[in-house]
Amino acid sequence: MLQSTQAPDVAEQMARRARWTPLEIAFWLIAFSTIYLLPGRHLILTEIVIWGLFALSLDLILGFGGILSLGHAAFFGLGAYAAGLFAKHGIITEPVLALIAAGLVATVVGFLTSFLVLRGSDLTRLMVTLGVALVLRELANRYSGLTGGADGLQGVTMAPVLGLFRFDLFGHTAYVYSLVVLFLMFLLARRIVNSPFGLSLLAVKGNPLRASAIGIPVNWRLVAIYTVAAGYAGIAGGLLAQTTAFASLEVFSFDRSADVLLVLIIGGIGYLYGGLIGAIIFRLMQDWLANITPQYWQFWIGLVLVIIVLVGRDRMGSWIKPLVSLVDSLGGRMRRASATRSEER
Amino acid sequence: MLTILFDGIAYGMLLFVLACGLSVTLGLMNFVNLAHGSFAMAGGYITVVLVNRMGVPFLLGLPLAFLFSAALGALLERTLYVHVYAKSHLDQVLFTIGLVFMSVAAVDYTMGSSQQFIVIPSALQGQIDVFGVGVGRYRLLIIGICAVLTIALQLILVRTRFGSRLRASVDDQRVARGLGINVAVVFGVTFAVGSGLAGLGGALGAEILGLDPVFPLKYMIYFLIVVTVGGTSSITGPFLASILLGIGDVAGKYYVPQVGAFVIYTIMIVVLIWRPQGLFARQSAR
Repeated sequence: MLQSTQAPDVAEQMARRARWTPLEIAFWLIAFSTIYLLPGRHLILTEIVIWGLFALSLDLILGFGGILSLGHAAFFGLGAYAAGLFAKHGIITEPVLALIAAGLVATVVGFLTSFLVLRGSDLTRLMVTLGVALVLRELANRYSGLTGGADGLQGVTMAPVLGLFRFDLFGHTAYVYSLVVLFLMFLLARRIVNSPFGLSLLAVKGNPLRASAIGIPVNWRLVAIYTVAAGYAGIAGGLLAQTTAFASLEVFSFDRSADVLLVLIIGGIGYLYGGLIGAIIFRLMQDWLANITPQYWQFWIGLVLVIIVLVGRDRMGSWIKPLVSLVDSLGGRMRRASATRSEER
Repeated sequence: MLTILFDGIAYGMLLFVLACGLSVTLGLMNFVNLAHGSFAMAGGYITVVLVNRMGVPFLLGLPLAFLFSAALGALLERTLYVHVYAKSHLDQVLFTIGLVFMSVAAVDYTMGSSQQFIVIPSALQGQIDVFGVGVGRYRLLIIGICAVLTIALQLILVRTRFGSRLRASVDDQRVARGLGINVAVVFGVTFAVGSGLAGLGGALGAEILGLDPVFPLKYMIYFLIVVTVGGTSSITGPFLASILLGIGDVAGKYYVPQVGAFVIYTIMIVVLIWRPQGLFARQSAR
């Protein structure tokens, strides 16, 4: 049979794709070491983590689904309001459960709206995603009795995480909590992307027509990844509401959708770390620019976008590839060396 | 009732003048230009400076706004936009969002963040009675100017040599190029005229739409609705779409204010799902 001879081969290929590189391990070690090394910076680090998770969710639909969205803040905002309302009205007090529930709310809405982005060209998708975010923002604005309207959702008090860790003023708990959530969500995303399902997504992104010709149900793949990404965005929004004990209409804004696109573009699309690296650069850049020109930092953000496009995204990302391959080859050499050594024995 | 209809038509006409340039850029080069509102804002602000600070008559300020925005459009088209045509939609979106952010901050920096008002000559203020219906003089002027512009645009597009070149380029760029039409020049001119019209619309509309630094972001969605609902293959599609949008928006705000802009967005989504090519578009060959 054809399958029996090729199956191990494919499995081997997939395993190689999914292998952890030393650089990745180092990345996460550094990330977790900041808990002890940078205790004074936990507030801004929490923001970076939330941006990172949000950009990660956009990477799933843009980098792996090929769907251009200008309204991804819709799900971020849903998660934020859901988490805020759960805590405010004492529906689900425990933060972890509330976060999961907030993610589910966004997932459900993501599933329902995913059918809207299946049709039409890039422009249609752009308009529809933008429209969904605007509609949700209008809803949050109208039902001010529930959401607080333009004043934002106030009076949220957070219960301790898992009933053990209280949110403190310096944001230590918030940071560790967010970072752990990010890490777990990242592991899940990594698993999804490296699975056969993730591979079929790349095929869809590359050429939907050919993908359907080899038997991939294109529309269902897109629905699935859009739904998952919506859940991710919801969890990111929930984290924001929980760590700041506040949610405002800003979570739905166009600026947020545009900013997350910028975050992802800075870091690079389609390898999951782009969102995380982009979040670090974006937030530090924002901080730095806001210090120089408090009111007009948006100008420089815009300039960065224009330059990135004019220079070319491929060239911007190219500095990172030699670095990765260098570390990879070093790691590979060490592994091979240790393998030959054990064989000699 | 009739007053609302009238206001709606004026509003819709204004939207058409603002957005028709965008429909051409989108149809011709398949280029997603989210920064179109920035040219409108430039036109509005140059009129504010000319009329309020330098005492130029309002009616002279309007053509100057057109020229200024057209020149700005032509300049940016030649220097920046040409590099982005061949890139992906994602790049185009990023690039134009960047331009929007820059224009918003730059205007905020030079003119301040407060809303600007253009001093309108007293002859244009107040209402006159037309068959017992109170009609704002200024709105009448808007409808007049926009109607003339629309007819002129339609004639140019249908009757002139440039118009037929433009239509040929929209229909099939490669064949048009093969027939010896210089598509780049056609497009550059169209882009400039479209930007100029947006600037004129921004100047005219400052009274109705308001003029502040976030103008491009606030009305971006409206322009896009006009273009996507109206389709990009003709000038009548966007025209009808803007009139409908104008009447719908004004009537919606008057009769059901608690629902607000909600209706417009929902209608847009429904239309896009139902007819992704636009409500009035013929089925595209591409």
